[in-house]
Amino acid sequence: MNFCVALGGNPNAGKTTLFNALTGSRQHVGNYPGVTVDRKEGRYVQNGHEMRIVDLPGTYSLTAYSVEEVVARDFLINECPRVTVNIVDASSLERNLYLTIQFLELGIPTCVALNMIDVARGRGITIDDKKLSRLLGVPVIPIMARSGYGKKDLMAAVETVAQVPRPQPLRVSYGRDLETAIQEMEKVIAGGNFLTDLYPLRWIAIKYLENDAQILEKGREKDAQIADRLETITRKVGAHIEETLETYPEAMIADHRYGFISSMLKQGVVKERHDENRLFLSDRIDKVLVNRFAGPIIMLLLLMGLYQFVFTYSEVPVAWCEGLFAWVSDLVSNRLPDGLLKSLVVSGVIDGVGGVLGFVPMILFMFFGIAVLEDSGYLARVAFMLDRVFQIFGLHGSSVMAYIVSGGIAGGCAVPGVMATRTLRSPKERIATLLTAPFMNCGAKLPVFALLIAAFFPHSRAGMMFVLTLISWGGALLAAKLLRMTVVKGASTPFVMELPPYRLPTLRGLMIHTWERTWQYVKKAGTVILGISVLLWAAMTFPRLPPSQIEAYDTLRGGIISTATPQVIEELETATKAKLLSDAATELKAAVLAADARRAGAALSHSLAGRIGIQVETISRWAGFDWRTNIALLGGFAAKEVIVSTLGTAYSLGSVDTEAAESLSARLVVEPGWRALTAWSLMIFTMFYAPCFVTVVCIARESSWKWGLFSMVFNTSLAFFLAVMVYQVGTALGY
Amino acid sequence: MKRVNIRNMRVDQKGTVTSVKVGGELGRRIRDMGLVPGTKIRIQGRAPLYDPVALRVKGFTLTLRNNEADLIEVEVNG
Repeated sequence: MNFCVALGGNPNAGKTTLFNALTGSRQHVGNYPGVTVDRKEGRYVQNGHEMRIVDLPGTYSLTAYSVEEVVARDFLINECPRVTVNIVDASSLERNLYLTIQFLELGIPTCVALNMIDVARGRGITIDDKKLSRLLGVPVIPIMARSGYGKKDLMAAVETVAQVPRPQPLRVSYGRDLETAIQEMEKVIAGGNFLTDLYPLRWIAIKYLENDAQILEKGREKDAQIADRLETITRKVGAHIEETLETYPEAMIADHRYGFISSMLKQGVVKERHDENRLFLSDRIDKVLVNRFAGPIIMLLLLMGLYQFVFTYSEVPVAWCEGLFAWVSDLVSNRLPDGLLKSLVVSGVIDGVGGVLGFVPMILFMFFGIAVLEDSGYLARVAFMLDRVFQIFGLHGSSVMAYIVSGGIAGGCAVPGVMATRTLRSPKERIATLLTAPFMNCGAKLPVFALLIAAFFPHSRAGMMFVLTLISWGGALLAAKLLRMTVVKGASTPFVMELPPYRLPTLRGLMIHTWERTWQYVKKAGTVILGISVLLWAAMTFPRLPPSQIEAYDTLRGGIISTATPQVIEELETATKAKLLSDAATELKAAVLAADARRAGAALSHSLAGRIGIQVETISRWAGFDWRTNIALLGGFAAKEVIVSTLGTAYSLGSVDTEAAESLSARLVVEPGWRALTAWSLMIFTMFYAPCFVTVVCIARESSWKWGLFSMVFNTSLAFFLAVMVYQVGTALGY
Repeated sequence: MKRVNIRNMRVDQKGTVTSVKVGGELGRRIRDMGLVPGTKIRIQGRAPLYDPVALRVKGFTLTLRNNEADLIEVEVNG
């Protein structure tokens, strides 16, 4: 028999650990349709039965308030898993059973996995699982997901549940007022066969009383007349309850569910030996880690440590990657004849693939670092400590992760930064963080700043970098506030959150977690990034110079070479790096390179990108940018550090090394139209304008293409506005 | 016996929830986590900037912003 088993439970109840223990590395990660909630699937084989195991998102309830809850509920209804394993944390049984009750009310075949019985026992809690099983009417199996204890028993129970008919939905009594309303509604629902093909009768009535947005909407679509009648009953009983008891039907339902659970537990299911006020190890750790004074200092050190880990230790594998691609690039360059094909393969494809894979080590390290903080429970403390600050700007305490990784400490990268927003469970705050994290000063913006600082502020390098860091933080936070007041406005998502006990992460969990997320990046973002890389290459290459001009440049180059003596030409052709060239040869080489650079400059200004750059010069003048800067900024969409090399080409300086751009900075100082104010304007623009397309693709993958495009338009408009302000106000003040 | 809201409670002070005066998503989240009338709570600590607050309830630790804690009324001794 083949059947589907869903795995549901509270966040932090050990659901993922159990999933990993059951499926090992044979898992498949995807998305639920239309939302960015991971859907993990794996296989488990037992006695010839093949079970497809689906990991549902962790939820505390089955309402329709969060994406996770809707996803979990829809999966249980629409895909009808044969058995649902409800994993329950034995050390906080009461709250965990709240979800169990809702599973049972939905009438789905359930099997309870009582996890972390060792932790509960350590806290002096003993649970009579047989009694609990009898009271709930479903199997309850004690397990320890971390060690795999009880796994076999659990799966045997799953097999048994799979072979018996579906159970009757559980009935919790909700008190006289509500029960009368429910009975009345049940009659209406049964009479019209209203949604009964999907949900149990009583459940529909309860959801109407709970004002469940999804069910109300579905009801309206199905039969507006019946929906009206049900809503009238709901309003009537709601008004009555508010008047007599000063509460809401949904509150009464929750109270009764908890009442049902506590009366069940009081029948001898749970025995607590210890004093309830005893401090557990976790609480003692918290006395230090969230201490008023020590807490923030330790947090700062840990975040710096994470940053160091992600960006310093990943340098080695990043260098391997770069080395590999440089080698492939050289190989292809030497094999292919000069021309379009070579240019496409080298500049379009290899650089594109290199661009995709170059990020992999960083992403891998970032996910590993964050997985450690997340799985250990520390990330929740970071959110707890910083929430007061971020709340002011309409963000969430957890937003800090994305900011820091993106370059909150100058030199990060927005690609892993954007992906770090996954730890945020509040949708609005998440979008605002996603859109503003790229304002941070990532490693690719630093060469641009270095170039301009070297040219115009040579005596205050450190001070300038500090000021730029402050500007990016201020800009990001204020922009987030602006977004939260306009496009993602609305009340903040409640901070009601569990502070999970500290736990030692398991290596296996960390590995699986890190690997699957990194692989997702390669698979999903990779192809798009490659495509855009080729498009950008085309925009900077086509249309090509007309043949007459190419000929003119060729003649010019030929003319230079023909003036030289054959010995000098031969010397150049056989030259190696180790040998010093004679004066005449050096001169010839410089002349030829200058001619090539002029040609490259002309070709760039003739290309589509060049034409756009020239076209928008009239507008970009307001910010002090000439057409060359415009082209460079267009190139910067590929990666911000490309601004430096493209600027070099546009100024006909030949290939400029991004790490050592002395020639370019010297040129900018003497170039008319360039002054300190222009540099300021360009630095501000570079900081805030459209993120590089790899980041845009990641933003789109983490939310939707709508937000990906929005980030390009919004950021560029904001950056242009700021740059114009800087330039115009500065000019007016006489700078 | 007097009634206060959670914002005004001291660290380590204990009490029993008497009412949660909010509906909608926030009310739902609060109730989902087990903060229903009759539940015993203890203030576990506060963040460095005094907000949010952490409480111990039903064997686990829960965090709330102060403006959310305002809506929960608790009966305390003395």
